[in-house]
Amino acid sequence: MSYLKPNNSFITNSFMNDIKQKFIDFFIDVANVMYYLKSVMKNIFHSSFEKSEFLKQCYQIGNKSVGLISITGIIIGLVLTIQSRPPLVEFGAVAMLPGMVAISIIREMGPVITALICAGKIGSSMGAELGSMRVTEQIDAMEVSNTNPINFLIVPRVIAATVMIPILTLYADVIGIFGSWLGVNIKDDVSFTLFMHQAFDSVEFIDLLPALIKSFFFGAVIGLVGCYKGFNAGRGTESVGVAANSAVVTASLLLIIVDLIAVQITDLL
Amino acid sequence: MKNVLIDIKDVTKSFGTQDILKGVTLQLFENENLVILGKSGTGKSVLIKCIVNLLQLDSGCIKVEDYEIANSSDEDLIEVRKKIGFLFQGAALYDSMTVRENLTFPLTRLDKKFSNEEITQKIEKVLEDVSLPEAIDKMPSELSGGMKKRIGLARTLIVNPKILLYDEPTTGLDPITSDEISQLINETKNKFKTSSIIITHDIKCVQTVADRIIMLKDGVVYKEGTLSEFENDDDSYIQSFFN
Repeated sequence: MSYLKPNNSFITNSFMNDIKQKFIDFFIDVANVMYYLKSVMKNIFHSSFEKSEFLKQCYQIGNKSVGLISITGIIIGLVLTIQSRPPLVEFGAVAMLPGMVAISIIREMGPVITALICAGKIGSSMGAELGSMRVTEQIDAMEVSNTNPINFLIVPRVIAATVMIPILTLYADVIGIFGSWLGVNIKDDVSFTLFMHQAFDSVEFIDLLPALIKSFFFGAVIGLVGCYKGFNAGRGTESVGVAANSAVVTASLLLIIVDLIAVQITDLL
Repeated sequence: MKNVLIDIKDVTKSFGTQDILKGVTLQLFENENLVILGKSGTGKSVLIKCIVNLLQLDSGCIKVEDYEIANSSDEDLIEVRKKIGFLFQGAALYDSMTVRENLTFPLTRLDKKFSNEEITQKIEKVLEDVSLPEAIDKMPSELSGGMKKRIGLARTLIVNPKILLYDEPTTGLDPITSDEISQLINETKNKFKTSSIIITHDIKCVQTVADRIIMLKDGVVYKEGTLSEFENDDDSYIQSFFN
């Protein structure tokens, strides 16, 4: 079976070079987003705030994501409960199920799943919308009308994402715990009040706070990456798709990295 | 002697290794329609984008009245842009806004604050000027190419600019609509006493609007003159446009 061995060094080198290049591209993207953050911050503190654009973006982010987050939240709660139940039954610890699921959802599943959904839904839509505005010269038209496009388009979107993602995360937590109650009731008969009592007996404020803080960072990452990719899209129509796609990929990867850092910091506290 | 509104001297602009403008010198005088003619890729659009500082020039000098663009402070640039209206190739209407909101947008960005009543009056008047009063509450997606160009022009005119820059105003339009837009450019000049630079390679449009023509070739001015001078020139390159 010698023909199955990866003895073609060209293929191996090319594959390794591709991976290396992708890593380099990703870190260049991260560096550019950080640099972009600088000009966004400058505009947040030095220009007049576009309140109506901010409220419009908040509405759009909430409105676009709430349905998907509701469905995903319920399913995550259900699945987590159904999968965790058998081992807990085996160890006679089934009473711990509501608390365990609640902590999992509040500390990790709620913030991460919400952020990943929003990276797909909001990040891509920001990338595509701003990319298409770039391609059709709407951003140039804005600049010629003496409007700073970073102040008008980017700042409200980034702040709206930073504010809305924690709110959506809290909503996902509630819906996920409700899903868990449904999951428990497939096999047992537990009242909603008893379930909630058992669930929140195990949850402490220290479980909620780091999760909320990290969801603010998740929101900022989604807003920044989506806007950066769209605002810096190329001039051809093809760049709109590229901007939307790379906004999702870069934001999702960055979210996981931010989550890893957040977990490490929380662990130290 | 006519008043110079825009003075462009030895302007160069490159993108990477590609030299687009290689030392362009020209002037725009008061109350004239100056057509810049040339093949695609000769840097016509790049030149007018340099005038409003959407692109930064590499060397040379662009002066709009007393303001030198390259060395302008942010405040000066705002003043320059107040004097200039820019009609983009695809009209660049804001997709998410109605025609009314598109026209309101530049008015709310000026130092002078208008009341809602004043804004409505201005919008209705400018829509009359471009013969599209019925489009006021439509979305850009509901408008045809020619209507978009008219609304784009209305958005430009609503702030009373002194200078208008048209980037290929008739591109992508049928001959009848192209002709209407060309007529509108002339009407705008006569009614509002504006001076315009019109970028185009549509000869019908050139014949309708041009007071003076500058032809660009390979990033430099190839010929400058009136329409009749161009039409009677024996140069084969020039004739390839006019025949």
